[in-house]
Amino acid sequence: MYAYTEFDRAFVRDRVLQYRDQVKRRLNGSLTEDEFKPLRLMNGVYLQLHAYMLRVAIPYGSLTPRQMRQLADVADRWDKGYGHFTTRQNIQFNWPRLIDTPDILEALADVDMHAIQTSGNTIRNVTTDQFAGAALDEVADPRPYAELIRQWSTDHPEFQFLPRKFKIAITGGSDDRAVIRAHDIGLQLIDVKGRIGFKVFVGGGLGRTPIIGQQLHDALPAEDLLPYLEAVLSVYNLAGRRDNKYKARIKITVGEMGIDRFRERVDAEFERLRPAFTGQDLSVLGEIQADFEPPRFLEKSQDGYFSALDSDTHFRTWVERNVSPHKHPSYASVTISLKGHGNTPGDASASQMRVMANLAERFGHEELRVSHEQNIVLPHVAQADLPEIYQQLGKHGLATANIGLVSDIIACPGMDYCALATARSIPIAQDIALRYERRESEIGDLKIKISGCINACGHHHVGHIGILGLDKAGVENYQVTVGGSAGNHAAIGQKMGRGFSFEELMPALDRLIDTYLALRIDQSEAFASAVERLGTIPFQEALYAIDKTA
Amino acid sequence: MAAIKLPVVITANDLLSGEAVYWHKSGVWSTDLTGSKVFASLDQAQASLQRVVSDAVVIGAYLTEVLEEGNRLVSRHYRERFRERGPSNYCHGKQESLPQKVAV
Repeated sequence: MYAYTEFDRAFVRDRVLQYRDQVKRRLNGSLTEDEFKPLRLMNGVYLQLHAYMLRVAIPYGSLTPRQMRQLADVADRWDKGYGHFTTRQNIQFNWPRLIDTPDILEALADVDMHAIQTSGNTIRNVTTDQFAGAALDEVADPRPYAELIRQWSTDHPEFQFLPRKFKIAITGGSDDRAVIRAHDIGLQLIDVKGRIGFKVFVGGGLGRTPIIGQQLHDALPAEDLLPYLEAVLSVYNLAGRRDNKYKARIKITVGEMGIDRFRERVDAEFERLRPAFTGQDLSVLGEIQADFEPPRFLEKSQDGYFSALDSDTHFRTWVERNVSPHKHPSYASVTISLKGHGNTPGDASASQMRVMANLAERFGHEELRVSHEQNIVLPHVAQADLPEIYQQLGKHGLATANIGLVSDIIACPGMDYCALATARSIPIAQDIALRYERRESEIGDLKIKISGCINACGHHHVGHIGILGLDKAGVENYQVTVGGSAGNHAAIGQKMGRGFSFEELMPALDRLIDTYLALRIDQSEAFASAVERLGTIPFQEALYAIDKTA
Repeated sequence: MAAIKLPVVITANDLLSGEAVYWHKSGVWSTDLTGSKVFASLDQAQASLQRVVSDAVVIGAYLTEVLEEGNRLVSRHYRERFRERGPSNYCHGKQESLPQKVAV
């Protein structure tokens, strides 16, 4: 894990002091809301439907047990005893009082955390593979590069007022678990003739204009990463539209300019900028990489693990769904589901956070990760310890064996919390999870993603089944898309037709899923594969067929 | 934007807590929709809104449509009903003080 330097600590402390004074001036009337709003947003403080919301940055989703415990303490002391982990691998607190937010930020600074650049038209938290540094299919660990980008982009004077927010994702695995092609910039680490490099994608994004990112560079040498990113951002900063918020993302710039012209401009800017990068960035990268050395793996007897696999079917099912292979042959990565059936996707109580922190400390080499799918990962766990971890998780409602299944849903906060939402997301996710709880093993891999408005925070465009909640003449209405994908073959789902009311939606999903079960070759053909083979028409017909059970 | 339907009340968010609040007949802000000053005239509503919009204890005051059902006021739009009652995913927020989850 990256260790804060004194510079980092002083920077974060300074921001807390500035913000404390800004809140004081707001409360005594020296600042109007119009003056204060951009200042609070720069520190992650939003105003939502019922309360303020504080979004805390978790760089590339990595947490120490100490940090997780502090988040739990924040939840208990200043919020309602829980936190909500997000698709940007951050955490949100839904109920802080404005007057408490400086104290919360100070408590976060105590454990080297902050909320800087979790809002505004800046470069947001860089996201990455939740299994980074552990994944079997990894070319290189993406976290040092993510940290380098974090340091470069934090408070970067040129990029604090971009045309619109800017999101970067980076993956080191051959299997894209970071949805890189749905980002403003997506980076894929590759082997370039024995040296590390990047495929660079640009102009991806979801929201009201969903676009899959296009390849900008097929083999960028790693040492050129920062000057190249700076070139892309500089071109966007100048060419990006500022006349229309809805056309201000880089995907629109690239679309209007064309990828070839955009590349020419980036290349020209890169040539201009490259000489200014004289190696200090690479020196910093070297220092960062030293912080990301793999832990010292332990060899333990696996007898108990294999015995538990043989004797305990629940444990075996959990291992099959929630445990991923690791670079080290006797280790594994554990995904702790925050999708208990009927619960709010991505929520964890303070006590659950402490349990996960304890497990990371005791069994996980002091590392936790937040996945963009709103779960928590222990990346480095000895297989020998899996039975004990499973037992402990089970005692605290954290052993749901559903990763990749119907109930492992990404859902944005929707109209239960969000001021921008046009419909609810979470109750839809809750209903789906409960409805298919007993059938989800039979249904198999199926990613459902739900957004409560066109901004698509729930990534519905890239769900195998996507659900978008809208306001239709004062009534919640849900559009369904089918055929989206977030992986290597990223694709935008196709809109199936008219939307469904809250009451109509679940029977329609029943028809859709029953059709898949009837048409699949066998259980090995997952929903996404069946859609690829059959096209969307059979599923569209099923959705709009008369509900014979009604 | 659709024309606003009468009657309306004035709502905002509380500066300190961010909670939804309503302008009451008694001239104070309250978290309770009941007791809100109800306007049957848009001109009067907007004149009152202008007077309270810069009130230091609230943020973002605006008019919102309500229905008068007997002695009870009900927000016309579901968004406003969530603002009034709290999240629907489980009992927390304002719903903590209610006996059970509120159907919206």
